[in-house]
Amino acid sequence: MNGPRKPAGRAAILATQAAFIAIVLMVWYLATTRWGVSRILLPNPIAVWHALVSVLWTGEYLPDLRVTLFELAIAFAISATSGVVIGYFVSRSSYRVRVFEPLFAAMYAVPLILLIPLYVLWFGLGPASKIALGATISFFPVVLNTVTGFSHVDRALVTAARSMGASDYHLFRFVLLPAAFPVILAGMRLGFTVALLSIIGSEVLASLAGLGHHIVELSENMEPARMFAYVGFVVAIAALLNFAVSRLEAWVRRS
Amino acid sequence: MSAADIWRSPMLARLRLIVVVFIIWEIAGRWLVDPLFFAPASRVAEDLPTMFGTAGVPGAIAITLTELVAAFALAVAAGLSIGRAVGLNDFARRAFMPIILFLYGMPQVTILPIFVLLFGIGPACKIAFGFTHGVFPIIVTVVAGVQNIKPILRTSARAMGASGWQELRYVVFPHLVPSLFTGMRLGMTGVLIGVLLAELYVSTAGIGLFTTQFAQNFQPSLLLGLIATLATIAIVLNEAMRRLETHFSRWRD
Repeated sequence: MNGPRKPAGRAAILATQAAFIAIVLMVWYLATTRWGVSRILLPNPIAVWHALVSVLWTGEYLPDLRVTLFELAIAFAISATSGVVIGYFVSRSSYRVRVFEPLFAAMYAVPLILLIPLYVLWFGLGPASKIALGATISFFPVVLNTVTGFSHVDRALVTAARSMGASDYHLFRFVLLPAAFPVILAGMRLGFTVALLSIIGSEVLASLAGLGHHIVELSENMEPARMFAYVGFVVAIAALLNFAVSRLEAWVRRS
Repeated sequence: MSAADIWRSPMLARLRLIVVVFIIWEIAGRWLVDPLFFAPASRVAEDLPTMFGTAGVPGAIAITLTELVAAFALAVAAGLSIGRAVGLNDFARRAFMPIILFLYGMPQVTILPIFVLLFGIGPACKIAFGFTHGVFPIIVTVVAGVQNIKPILRTSARAMGASGWQELRYVVFPHLVPSLFTGMRLGMTGVLIGVLLAELYVSTAGIGLFTTQFAQNFQPSLLLGLIATLATIAIVLNEAMRRLETHFSRWRD
């Protein structure tokens, strides 16, 4: 309500948020100690905390983290390269844009996670199927943004550069690329997030190693406290990676 | 339009492209790839009746559709009421939006095993997981929609003696409709991902059971047929939401 009422102070807001989190933790604690919720369903928060410390301390996450990051790096390299190259090729004629863009957009709206049984059949349970899925799913935001970026460059700029005698290379390097770059970067950031999500997802669904796989393993071994701790760890890693990528995007955009 | 123009229309060009993809699929399936892992398009089409005839498959598709509808209905109801409550109050919005955005951005697939522990391996787990995927985009767009209402409209409705309900019905709701439908479209995408993820993770009667079964028995034509059927369902649902969205945002222009 932007009306006459004075906007609430920051302190009150922070206090409400803290209270909300405290209530959640309190209910969680009481549920496990007083109300007799099974330890298998909901582990004690203190046990989870100890498990988290031990997960971080022993470094048991390192092999899984390495697998997931490896899959992510390859998948993203594939989708970013192919997305930008194909997107550039499509964007060079408005006819091709009209032909291809609706196709890409339609594919992007399909829950492509459906492909995982097929990819596991083709590429096995190892990293290859995760890389394939991550690359497939993240290809679409990259290609769509590349097409948008390149095809919305101001016509006047292109004509001006041409009439001043710019070669194809010069036109690309000094007019098209700088104009399209921010949009492409945004597509790449989106692609990165989607690739990370689909790789962890496919590790949860069917795999032999990786962060997602370890969560499932702990859950099947009935180690709920460790699983909760590991979930927290993976969520933090994902947030960290996404944060790093958006900082990188902002940095590249400035320079 | 001359014949050449019609031939060059983007629509036809797209169709030709799709036909080319099907031809490549057919050639690869017939001669290039091991038939244990891949089937030509014609075989997939031929085996569609076998796929639907496999005991349990029609039921599994029906269960999955029910899960989608239930999760979506719950997500819309909860998203609308939470979004309205949070969006109409400045304090609540500023206090709770960061928490909601954090939950929205969280990779929820990491907590899928917890959902299975809590809700079991039946439909309840799929509905719950679809719900948590669908509800956040709806909350966020509803909050944004409520925000866009000019305060003067609500103040004047009040000044003219509108009751709380009347204000909601005649001022807030009409302004909310376009963003609600945008939220519903995004929510539908989320619900599809959530339900399908949970189905593929573990399933006793839904489609996840059969994707696993067809893959393990090396029946690629049945697997491809089932995946194509599900993709069609997803495309139809997404497209329906997109049509509704454009239809209901028209009053503004």
